[in-house]
This record gives sequence, C-alpha cells and structure tokens, in this order.
Amino acid sequence: MDRRAFLQSRKKKIAAPDVSSFKVARTTSGLTPYNGTFGTNEIIHLLKRTMFGAAKADVDYFKTKTLSQAVNELLTIPSTPASPVKNYASSVTAGDPDMAIVAGSTWINTNTTDGGIDSQRVSSFKSWWMGLMINQNRSILEKMVLFWHNHFATETNDIGRAIWSYQNNTILRKNAVGNFKQFVKDITLDTGMLRYLNGYLNTNTAPDENYGREMQELFTIGKGIDNGSPPYSENDVKAAAKVLTGWTINNTTNTSIFNSAKHDITNKQFSSFYNNTIITGRSGAAGANELDDMINMIFATNETALFLCRKIYRWFVYYDIDATTEANVITPLAQVFRSNNYEIKPVLDALLKSEHFFDTLNQGCQIKSPVDANVSLCREFGVVFPLTSDYVNAYYMWDYIRSQSSNMQQNIGDPPDVAGWKPYYQAPQFYEIWINSDTLPKRNQFTDTLANNGFTRNGKNIKIDFIAFAKTMPNPGDPNELINDSITYLFRLPLTQTSKNQLKTDILLSGQTQDHYWTDAWVAYIANPNDTVNATIVKNRLHDLYQYLMRLAEYQLA
Amino acid sequence: MKRRDFFRTTIPATVLPAVINGFSLKSFAEDSPLHALLANATDTDHVLVIVQLSGGNDGLNMVLPRDNYSAYFNARTNIAIPEAKILALNKFNNTGLNPAMRSMQTLFNDGKLGIVQAVGYPQPNFSHFRATDIWMSATDSAQVLTSGWGGRYLNYEYPNFPNGYPNSSMPDPLGIQIGSVTSLTFQGPAVNMGMSISNPTSFYNLLNGVEDPAPNTPAGKELKYVRLVSKQTQQYATVVKNAAANVPVQGSYPANNSLADQLKIVARLVKGGLKTRLYMVSYGGFDTHSLQVNPNDTTIGTHANLLKNISDAIKAFQDDLKNLGVEERVVGMTFSEFGRRIKSNSSGGTDHGAAAPMILFGKNVTPAVWGNSPALPANATVNDNIPMQYDFRSVYASLLENWLCVKNSDLQTIMLKNFQNIPLVNSASCKNVNPNTSGTNLITNYPNPFTSSTTISFKTEGGHTLIQIMDTLGRVLSTPFEQEALPGTYYITFNSDALPSGVYYARLQNGAIQQVRIMMKAK
Repeated sequence: MDRRAFLQSRKKKIAAPDVSSFKVARTTSGLTPYNGTFGTNEIIHLLKRTMFGAAKADVDYFKTKTLSQAVNELLTIPSTPASPVKNYASSVTAGDPDMAIVAGSTWINTNTTDGGIDSQRVSSFKSWWMGLMINQNRSILEKMVLFWHNHFATETNDIGRAIWSYQNNTILRKNAVGNFKQFVKDITLDTGMLRYLNGYLNTNTAPDENYGREMQELFTIGKGIDNGSPPYSENDVKAAAKVLTGWTINNTTNTSIFNSAKHDITNKQFSSFYNNTIITGRSGAAGANELDDMINMIFATNETALFLCRKIYRWFVYYDIDATTEANVITPLAQVFRSNNYEIKPVLDALLKSEHFFDTLNQGCQIKSPVDANVSLCREFGVVFPLTSDYVNAYYMWDYIRSQSSNMQQNIGDPPDVAGWKPYYQAPQFYEIWINSDTLPKRNQFTDTLANNGFTRNGKNIKIDFIAFAKTMPNPGDPNELINDSITYLFRLPLTQTSKNQLKTDILLSGQTQDHYWTDAWVAYIANPNDTVNATIVKNRLHDLYQYLMRLAEYQLA
Repeated sequence: MKRRDFFRTTIPATVLPAVINGFSLKSFAEDSPLHALLANATDTDHVLVIVQLSGGNDGLNMVLPRDNYSAYFNARTNIAIPEAKILALNKFNNTGLNPAMRSMQTLFNDGKLGIVQAVGYPQPNFSHFRATDIWMSATDSAQVLTSGWGGRYLNYEYPNFPNGYPNSSMPDPLGIQIGSVTSLTFQGPAVNMGMSISNPTSFYNLLNGVEDPAPNTPAGKELKYVRLVSKQTQQYATVVKNAAANVPVQGSYPANNSLADQLKIVARLVKGGLKTRLYMVSYGGFDTHSLQVNPNDTTIGTHANLLKNISDAIKAFQDDLKNLGVEERVVGMTFSEFGRRIKSNSSGGTDHGAAAPMILFGKNVTPAVWGNSPALPANATVNDNIPMQYDFRSVYASLLENWLCVKNSDLQTIMLKNFQNIPLVNSASCKNVNPNTSGTNLITNYPNPFTSSTTISFKTEGGHTLIQIMDTLGRVLSTPFEQEALPGTYYITFNSDALPSGVYYARLQNGAIQQVRIMMKAK
C-alpha cells in the first residue's frame, strides 16, 4: 500500500496533551560495561525491557546469574515454535484445498481459494503470535520479533494472504538477533513484503518505486537525525526500484522468484551519497545479483548502523536522543554494529550490559505499549490460560488479549502503516502517544476485567488469581512487606510511605491500625485455604489492593 | 503548569467539546439508544450518607440504658459512665447518651436524630475483616458474597454501569467514597459502582488542586504525563470539581476532626448539585481493647474523644446542610462492624462484641429510640453479648425503601431476602408506612426461670411474625415460629432439654416491631 496516500486518508486523531515543556535530567553515561549491583531492581529493569514483564519466577531465576550470564541467556534464541493451527471451521467452497486440513493441524502449507477462510487464518496467525508472546521463554526473542515487525512493518490486510503474513513473521524470527544485512535481503524477497510494498509489480516497463523508497527511508538509511531530509536523492529511489525489478511472487508455491524478463538491465547510477556507485545492469538470472550489490552499497554508508541503533535505543531505553546520547551511546553502538559486520547480537549485548542501560535515569521511563502492558499483566500475575493442546480455547483467549491490545491502538500484524507505530518515531511525544483520553480508560477497563470476573468464552475463563500472586511474594503475611514487594515487582517507581501506609490501612487492614489483623487473616487463610470465609477475606482485600495499584499511573511505566 | 492554564493553552479548540467533560471518545450522544434504557432510575433527590466507624464501636458506652443502669454498671464498673453524667433525651427517658455527645443530644432534642438499639445479625462474627465484609455485603453471617449492598442498589438503579455513563440523566458519580478507596459497600455484581480515585489522597487533591511531586527524571516526566491524561479522563473529575466550586462558603466545622473534614466535602458536593445518591465516609480508631476511658474520669479518654468527634462532626454537618438549604435531602447513618462485649475487661477496655446501636441523622429522620435498652444479664460474664433486636439489613432495607424510594417488590433483589421495614425516616416523599411501636410487653414467657421447658406467649398485629431463640453470643438456636399470622396472642412451648443452663433470648419480630425477652434456664 502506498504509505503517503494512506497517511492522507487517516482519520484525525485525538490530540494528546503536550508536556514537552517538562525539562528533565538526562544522563552522560555511555557504553562502558555496567559494574554496579545486579540485584532485584536491575533484573526487573532488564526483564521488563527485554521480555514482556518481569515475572517473579524469572526474576528469581536470574538472581543466581551475573549480568553477563543473564544477558547472554536472554540473547539466546529458543527453537522454532510450532506453526499456527486450523482453529476454524472448514471451507464450504467446493474444491478448496483447505478442506483437507485436519482441525488442529497447521494451514501454513496449504493454499485456500476462500477469502473468508483466509481471514480466519489471519486471525489464527495473530492468536498464535500472541500466544508465543504470552508463553515466551526467558529470551529477548519475542520483544525483538515485535521490534522488527515495527521496523519492517507490514499489514495483513494489504498482504492479503495469511500464509505470506506467516512467512513474513518467520523471517522476523529467523533473523531476530542475526545478521542485519542478510535480514534486509531476506525481507526484500519476502512474499509478504513483496506484496505489501508492491515489489511484485515492479517491472522494467512499469517500475514501482514503493519498496525502493521505503527500503532506504524506513529500513536502512533513514531520514537522518530528527527525521530531517534524507541524505539520499530521489534518483536513488528510482535507481533502487530499477535494481529490484523482476522480483515477484509465485502464488502457487508461495515463494519469491526472479523473472529476468521483467528486470531492467540498464546500469543504475546512484548519487554522491553512495559515492556515485553504478550498479551494472545484468541480464538473465544474473540480474538477481544486483540486489546484493545494492545492499553492499547501502551498508557501506555510516547511516544504516546509526539509524538502526537509534531505533534499537528507542525500543529498549528511551525515546529522547540528545546530543550527549548520540555521542556517547548511538555513535559507539553503530561502530559495534559495523565492526561486527552488522551482526545484531553484539549491539544488543553492548547496550544491555552498559552503564547507560542501567543508569537510574533510564529506568522506569518507558510507557508500556499496549501489547507490553497486556502481555506483561498476564505474565506477571501468572494468568492461567487454557493449555496449548486445547487449541480452540487457547486461541480464543489469545485472541482476546490481542483484540484488547488492538483496541488500545496496537494491533499486531496490522500497524497503522509502513512506518510502524508512531510512539517509536513521532517527535516530540513518542511513547506518550500510546496514552490518551480514549486508550487510558481502556487500559483500566482491561485490568479491571481481569481483576474482577475475568474474561469468559466458550465456558473457559481467564482472570487474575491475586491470592496466588500474593503467595509468590516473599512475606505476604506482613502487610508492609506485601505492599513493598508488590510495588517492587509491578512498578518501577516507588510510592511514598504515606501512600503505602494509606493503602495498608484502608485496604489490607480495613481501617484498623494494627498490622496483625492482616497477618491473622492471612495466617487463617493459609492454615485452612478451603474455608470460603477466610479465602474471601483475603481475596477481597488483595483484589482491592492490586486493582488500585494497576489504576495508578505508575503501572503504565516500565 | 496549572491544569487550567494547560487546558487554555494547549488543547486545540476543535477537540475541546470532546474532552471538556473528561471522557472524550467515551462520551455518549444524548440521543444514544442507551438512554432509553437508562432513563428510568427512581426519581428522587434524596441522598444517603453512610458513616463507617471502623474498629467496632462500644455502643453500650455510647447509648446508655438509664432504665437498666445497675446491670450496666455492674458489667463494666471500671469504664461505666456515672449515672448522673448521662445525657438525657427528650421523651425517651429510658435511654441516654455519653456525656461527650452534647451535640448529638441537641440534634436528638431538635428532632434530627434517631437511634436504633441493638442492631446486629444472627451468628455474629467477631473478626474485624469478616464482620466488616458482612456489614458491607449485607449477607447472612455464613454467606460469602463479593458484592456490596450499596453496589447492588446502584446496579439496580443504574444497570449496565459503566457502559453508557455518564449520561444526561446521570452525569455524576453514582456513589462517592471520601478519602479512601472505594469499598466493598459500593461493589456491584460486576464492577465497582463507586467513584474510583487514582491516589489515596487524590480526592482531597482533586478539590484543592494539589499534586504529588514526580521526580525530575525521564520516568518522572512520563509519570506526570500519564497522570495528566488520567485526570482528564477520570470520568467524573470535572463534574465533581465543578460541584465543589459551586459552593465557596460553608458553615464552620470542628478542627482536627477528620470525619468533619469528610462530611464537609459531602455537604459541599450535595449543595454543589451532584446527583450522587450514596456517600460513604469513614472514621477509625474504635478498637478499644484497653484504656478506652480515663481511669480517673470515665467521661473522658479515647472513646469519649471519638464520640465527641462523631457528635460534633455530624452536628456541624447538619447545621451546614440547613444553612445551605439542602437539609431536606440528606439522611445519614452510622455503622460499625460490631459492638463490644457487655462486660469490660480488666485493662479498662472492651473486647469484640455483637449488636450495637446505629445512629440516624437528618431533618427527615424519625426522632425516636427504636427498640428497648439492650437486654443485660444481672451478672454479665465475659462472653455475654448484647442480643440483637434489629437486623442491620432491616435498617438498610428501610432506608432503601423509605428514603431512596426503592419499590418494595424490588427490595429483595438488592437485599437478597425480605427484611422488616422500620419507619426510620419520614417517608412522605416515597410512601407512608405506619410506625407502630409499642411500650408494652409483646413477648413474655412462663415459667422464668425454667428448668426444661417454658411457654412463650406473644402478640402479633398480624402479617409476618417471627420468633427466634438466641443464646448470649447472638447465635440463633431455633426459629420456633415464622408465618403470616392473623392478629392475636399466640403460645408456643420452648423445649430446652439439650441446652446448658444460662441466659437465652426470645426475639419477636412482627412487621416494624420487635422485642426481646430474656429467659433464664436454671438447673
């Protein structure tokens, strides 16, 4: 889809308040390895940034590790997950191959001629993906897949074939912490991307510049610092489009193919930004190699590494890149990227082990994205989902979390356009764009729902078990420690002692002044957990406490 | 930047109408089809203020039995209020108030106070938490429910909340709890019907424009931002703030009295025009296990201070309502999760007990003492509790029906079963129920004391009539009579073979009437 036309047609968004006038302290720390304490606070910071939430069990696990061990483990990619399955009723269209797929087995290798079936496959794909996030391993993978989806953004609606959206996702997974040059080649030839940015229509007789432009503007070179004017020229866009002519999709095999007859065999002249490079036009199958030349040319500039490092920074640290951060973090990080031949893992390794990453000024300053907020809630509170083997119900529940995130303006698989979600590039508000007078109440309603009766579909229910959560805290019988520990795990900012005392008195003690009333209630419950009265006393108060905490502004930060 | 300036300077004019009420995209057009469904809430401008006294108020030292003073004195010599110091009540010579409650004495004698004696429920629970939950959920002692009676009432009046709210017929919070988080009282079947507040002190902040500081860090910057949106979006923040702003001048309230501070806000919001039906305020410190009085002068000390504060706060509130011209619209009630034991302990305090008086206040309250002075054994033992005369749910049900004008046929859906109606308030604006209290003995027994069985005789005016036998812990042992009876005198035999000797209570309930008879089983 043409991004420009799309942007013009977008509905007017509610204006969010501008607080850019707030002056805040930034930091001068850089990439020097962090040598300070690696304790509960630092582990929670690391996990909230690299995973979805800091589940208590994961925090405990990493307490036995050094920072280096922890980051190394997080940067290890788990094995390929099982593919999305057929969780929908078979097509009734005569001759549709989808009919042959057994319910519960995957559809990714079988085409369908039924548009209705395909849209249900898209839904299956999205549910599957949400399930992978909710059930993530102790790995950065899922945060990276979402990062790359935001970076190499595509929309299932425009791709128009669930198999291609799935294939696109597998490329994001395969390259998540791999080699970025290879990644750019893979994504350029991805069926989903060829379809999304019209590469499949790009021929020598009718060049389509869409991908040639976005490849440079959004995927590699960028528009320079502060999204100023791009360093490359309009002619470079045209030349890149010509290089890419002839690549198209085989709709039967779902593979990208190079059709040399459609390839522009003329020489492609690039601007001074690319050192006036000329990519020699080639005929026949050799024409496909021009892509490698162009990628080498693009990666020979300094800009690609800088651009990617800024995006990684905004994903994992904070959106504000001032001159000091540019000099002390972005520039050396880009150097790491280039000197490692564009391997992604060394960049993440350097950033996540740096003084800058653990600088207290960089903690707690992210506003959770909707997906981060919702998946983190499920993981941190240990919400129990139907087993993956009960795929019908598991997919229903994953779809619920997905749809809630979508209502809060982050629909996985369908970002607003090829530039990805605005909170990661739109100055000056960035993350703050996630929060407005429409989305914040929706966040509160979602947490209220899971805190109260939960969500029920098909006779299954998911909700938060606050007693189970409190039991994971070190000393839930002590109201002071319970509140302190809960805040430690759920928040990144402290509450004042006054507020904590009030929460304790008003909620856990129901207005009493002595702590033992809570302790007695908790002990009575533990001694006889099947007693409904004891359980309700504890449950009511924990419910009020946690629902309250989740409604505080602090809960939106990570 | 001040929020007001902020609105002026940074919100583009085009979106102002959408956010000015703080609910932006969620606001519903006035002609939304939902309105047809929502428009039929009961038409009344009455307000009920619920005053929670947490900790378990010692009702026996608050409302004193002048007609049974010796039993009272014997049971709690070390904390007893001297007979001469008890404050008298016009026309109700059997009952008096703690000397710290001069303000309430005035209110009573002015016809603005009602007292319901010995309010409780069968099988009383002595845990603060569980008892509080019982009072708030209004369930039987053994029943566990996660909704509150106020929440069920509001859910009945405003179904489907929060979907479709606020709207033109109910633009305001349904229930407001001042100075604390919303309580179980306001918990509806699915969502809390009370006003949610974003910070334990934010209600005060909301009215006064104060904000907690955020650190000068990137995290602090984002926190400020989220808070800002949160305030804008808090659906009712603006209407509440505007209502408060409508009332710049109020009467004087006692200083250093947090209950007075809370009631002052209630008066302000009622006068300010909120259509909110229920308010809840709370006041703590009643868990007086030791030294509840000054050992040298039992009329002063911890409990006296608490009673004085309640008394003064409610009097100031009442005076303020009158001056503001909204006195006709407001009725209040106090409750505590339990009363305390009849017999005091040796550390100058009292332990967790059962039934206790509730106080109703307001111009439309029936100025009366409902029920008799608590039945006190001549020689109270450490486990003896005041037997219940009125079920607390009868008080709730009566206020719902006679003050908030809930249809009798709907009461059961809120209160879960039928409770007797007590004419606690002048219910002219809803409907009339005829008070018919009696000073005569409606229930008696012979022989008394008895050894194995005794005959209980009772008079009913007809209609629902109930006899319960309770022990001194307030447990209902049996219900020998419950039926729709014809008017007349009835006799039943109470057979006590299986019971140990001691004091038992026979309780008659007939419509608005009940009486308790003390029966003694001897060896």
